[in-house]
Amino acid sequence: MATVETADSATLDDEAGGVRRRDFINIAAVSFAGAGAVATVFPLVNQMNPSADVLALASIEVDISAIETGQAIKTSWRKQPIFIRNLTEAEITEANSVSLTELRDPESLADRTTPGKENWLITLGVCTHLGCVPLGAAQGEVKGEYDGYFCPCHGSHYDTAARIRKGPAPTNLEVPEHEFLSDTVVKIG
Amino acid sequence: MSFPWAKEYKPATEFGQWMDEKLPLPRFIYNSLGAGYPAPRNLNYMWNFGSLAGIFLVVQIVTGIILAMHYAANANIAFDSVEHIMRDVNSGWMFRYAHANGASFFFIAIYLHIGRGLYYGSYKAPREMIWLLGVVIYLLAMATAFMGYVLPWGQMSFWGAKVITGLFEAIPLVGKPIQELLLGGFAPDNAALNRFFSLHYLLPFVMAGVIILHIWSLHIPGSNNPTGVDVKGPQDTVPFHPYYTAKDGWTLGLALIFFSIMLFFLPNFLGHAENYIPANPLSTPANIVPEWYFWPWYAILRAFTVDFLFIPAKLLGVLAMFSAILVWFFLPWLDRSPVRSGDYRPRFKKFFWFGLIPCILVLGYCGGAHAEEPFVMMSQIATAYYFAHFLIILPLLSRIEKPEPLPNSITEAVTGKPLEQAS
Amino acid sequence: MVRIIGMLVGLFFSGWMLVTFVLGATEFVTNPPAETAEHKFHLKPKKVAFPSDGPLGKFDNQQLQRGFQVYKEVCAACHSLRLVAFRNLQDIGYNEDEVKAIAASWVIETPSVDPATGEASSRPSLPADKFPKPFANDIAAAAANNNAIPPDLSLITKARKGGAPYIYSLLTGYQDTPEDLPEANQPGPGLHYNPYFPNLNLAMASPLASEDMVSYSDGTQASIDQMAKDVSAFLVWSAEPKLVERHQTGWAVIAFLLIATILAYLSFRTIWADVKAEKKKKGAEG
Repeated sequence: MATVETADSATLDDEAGGVRRRDFINIAAVSFAGAGAVATVFPLVNQMNPSADVLALASIEVDISAIETGQAIKTSWRKQPIFIRNLTEAEITEANSVSLTELRDPESLADRTTPGKENWLITLGVCTHLGCVPLGAAQGEVKGEYDGYFCPCHGSHYDTAARIRKGPAPTNLEVPEHEFLSDTVVKIG
Repeated sequence: MSFPWAKEYKPATEFGQWMDEKLPLPRFIYNSLGAGYPAPRNLNYMWNFGSLAGIFLVVQIVTGIILAMHYAANANIAFDSVEHIMRDVNSGWMFRYAHANGASFFFIAIYLHIGRGLYYGSYKAPREMIWLLGVVIYLLAMATAFMGYVLPWGQMSFWGAKVITGLFEAIPLVGKPIQELLLGGFAPDNAALNRFFSLHYLLPFVMAGVIILHIWSLHIPGSNNPTGVDVKGPQDTVPFHPYYTAKDGWTLGLALIFFSIMLFFLPNFLGHAENYIPANPLSTPANIVPEWYFWPWYAILRAFTVDFLFIPAKLLGVLAMFSAILVWFFLPWLDRSPVRSGDYRPRFKKFFWFGLIPCILVLGYCGGAHAEEPFVMMSQIATAYYFAHFLIILPLLSRIEKPEPLPNSITEAVTGKPLEQAS
Repeated sequence: MVRIIGMLVGLFFSGWMLVTFVLGATEFVTNPPAETAEHKFHLKPKKVAFPSDGPLGKFDNQQLQRGFQVYKEVCAACHSLRLVAFRNLQDIGYNEDEVKAIAASWVIETPSVDPATGEASSRPSLPADKFPKPFANDIAAAAANNNAIPPDLSLITKARKGGAPYIYSLLTGYQDTPEDLPEANQPGPGLHYNPYFPNLNLAMASPLASEDMVSYSDGTQASIDQMAKDVSAFLVWSAEPKLVERHQTGWAVIAFLLIATILAYLSFRTIWADVKAEKKKKGAEG
């Protein structure tokens, strides 16, 4: 019947004459609505990003005055463990005695610490293999074959500069961005 | 579907052909919402609200899933988690206000959709099943909305939960145990909040399922139309797409503009100030009222203030409130007039516009007002009319009313020209 | 059958409703409810404008900072602001260091745990902390305030009918008890008459009792009216910190929808043009 088929046949008739006004308006309406729908997707996805209160905790200040030489503390930053270690002279020497070419992820202790504060080794307590928390920060824990940290999940050994030396982990323990606000306060993040 | 002249789905591409053989979903959509569904050509704008309600259900489901990612259904932190959404989550305020106001818009659409069915006799044979499923959808929507309102755990949430579950207490003998079963305690608390959250998340998907049945059963006889006269042939119909998709499309834009005005400029207009006070089991708000879409039923509940013999007023009110909705289930058999459309029923039309509509408006107004005079008396008169309308007037009217002559066909009604028998 | 049962049910409900109505109406006529003092003396909030009003409303950061000063120096002693964090003050124009200083010097400290002993203790607040509450819990709050718990103010302008104008009216609305106030509504001990309060008497004494209770750093004259207005504006912000973002998004969305709707309407008209034309043609012939 006429009514049913008009739309299609009309389009066909006029195809030779280029895009007609009615087609243009239909295409414009549909694409405009489509653009709106796409724009709506942004907030729908963005709501999953960290919220303002989570971002507000993105940096912390830690008082390190109570950490004796040779000791380490575990603290938490962005809900992840942070190891803050006050290295002994022996540990510093041990770390510096390793040739960088031997390392899987070549970095010197100086690369990983603040100048003048080389005894303060601040790393994430997250094994770079699959994210377990390595042992060695608390007193009495196994420090592994290289006297740093040892991840019990799959046997990664880190040295005194928290560099990967043995085991499956691909990179050194990550050093978060940090800054000494004073001799006793460090800001992480 | 049931019209032999319906356009047939022809896959345009090879992939379309392959798909059509394995899983004819495109064909299904084409036949139900596309060009393969011939719809009466004379549908007026009252026929736009069904699809609009469906779209607002989608809005509710999408915003609801997002809110559920940030909400915590625990009585200690539920209120604060909603404020966390409002203050800290990226665009969280927008989703929360969209969800709160989207419920209202869903009900606006659904009420206009129901009102259209009531006036144009869409509940009559052969469309009884569509109507019955529609009433089921409405009941599910009410349950969903009620439970959703409890979740922010403000004062009105808490006392709403208490009052509504308190209705079941009116049932003789088993009332109290039923109320405790529903709440999982003696008053709304963690147990109730958690199950309300669970069900509030579940029921919209049940609704979506029943909506599919609703549309399925619609496609067997096809849509009703303002004349109520059956479709006689192809000249009476146009393909749903693009004709009605275009019509629904632009009115959707209009509806979204109104929605945006509410969402962005009057987001709390339809809410209650009390719900920004955390739930306090020791202090009742001055005026406990549900959301506006429940007001007519709430007015019927409160209209019963006098015991009938051994039946306490409270139980009467509860029975009346449920009956007021359940009566819709029997509507196709209460109104036996063979004429569907109210346009051709002079008396029905008067009762509809000067009886039922004012009655619902009065009930709505009184349900939202304080339970004091003259509102209680007004709601009593309106309640009396409400039951009389459905249970007495409609059955009698279908016997005594002399309908106006019907047009021979939709085309004749539209063009004013008699149907040419040639076609 | 359905109709017979239905008719009986209908007669029952409608009939009993009418009986109830007649009983109620008789009672209403013979024994009309007395007008309550709340009806007679209660006043609607005063008309007062805030920069955040209306769809174009924006916050005035100067005013919000003044309002915050009033909150800090007058209200905070009793009223918590538990949903707002110090960091949020950056939204009303304080910079990071100022926020840090405000948090650190806040009179009430944030509850915490002594890291050495594990005992309950407190520490100076950080920007990420919410405003600490002046009382540890509701019991402490009630005990210190004549058994009335000072409500939290974070959401107060949304949690009270009348919103910010109501808060403003309440703060500036304390007056002497009218002479014809019924005995039952007289403010009891520890209560104060205020016609803007729903039941006319509230436990809070006029908090903004005299001019210049605060000295505004921007030099604005701290009249009672000014302080009430500023703190009400501040509480609009604390209840709805995303108001400006909401208004701006709203305009963008509505502008988009208007264009989309017009396009959709034109598209609808062109699609239906054939059917309408046919209708006209046939109508003309008929």
